[in-house]
Amino acid sequence: MTPVSRLTRSPIDPQGLLAAVSGPANGAILLFLGVVRDVNDGRAVTGIEYSAYEEMATRELAAIAAQAGERFGTGAIAIEHRLGELTLEDASVGIAVAHPRRDGAYMASRWIIEELKRRVPIWKREHYADGTREWVDPTRAATQAAS
Amino acid sequence: MSVTVLLFASYAEALGTSRLHMDISEGETVTSLLDRLRGRAGAQALPPQPLVAINEQYEGAARVLQPGDTVAVIPPVAGG
Repeated sequence: MTPVSRLTRSPIDPQGLLAAVSGPANGAILLFLGVVRDVNDGRAVTGIEYSAYEEMATRELAAIAAQAGERFGTGAIAIEHRLGELTLEDASVGIAVAHPRRDGAYMASRWIIEELKRRVPIWKREHYADGTREWVDPTRAATQAAS
Repeated sequence: MSVTVLLFASYAEALGTSRLHMDISEGETVTSLLDRLRGRAGAQALPPQPLVAINEQYEGAARVLQPGDTVAVIPPVAGG
């Protein structure tokens, strides 16, 4: 199985991600969804707008998927990151990993989301309940909860 | 000799453009190009050492530019 990854402007499709990684060799399938939540750093959030350096982000996502496959010993990896205007509870990122054993699935999934947040050139601008908007800078935030 | 400079998100907003062409001199580095970029209105939004990608690969500030390179100045990434 070959890892797949893409940017999308359509809603993340969890069933599609699961279907892309399922197979008889794998005893564990893990699905991670990062979802827009209603508070960040104490401010009421109403939505998030995602943009990207699309050519490079597509390459970085593919590189992360391939590297995770080599590191953790499974090609059953599917990653999608959404772009555009998202509202509360919309999924911004979906990661499906299947692995012969659960330990491998959990480790690969965690590694993928951390690498994605560290190096894929994607940006988000939060929209707040008071009508303001701000670019999110994770390097500035004192506490940034993993989404 | 010139390169294409791409700006994104908060940097594009601050400088009022997402794409510009800049002439380069022989042996010019990323640092030197960024120093010249700082002469533009709104460039105070750029940190001392922003992330840079050349032709879609992250590169260090000492990297020497080649004519035709695409130099992306990358704000702190915030995917996920």
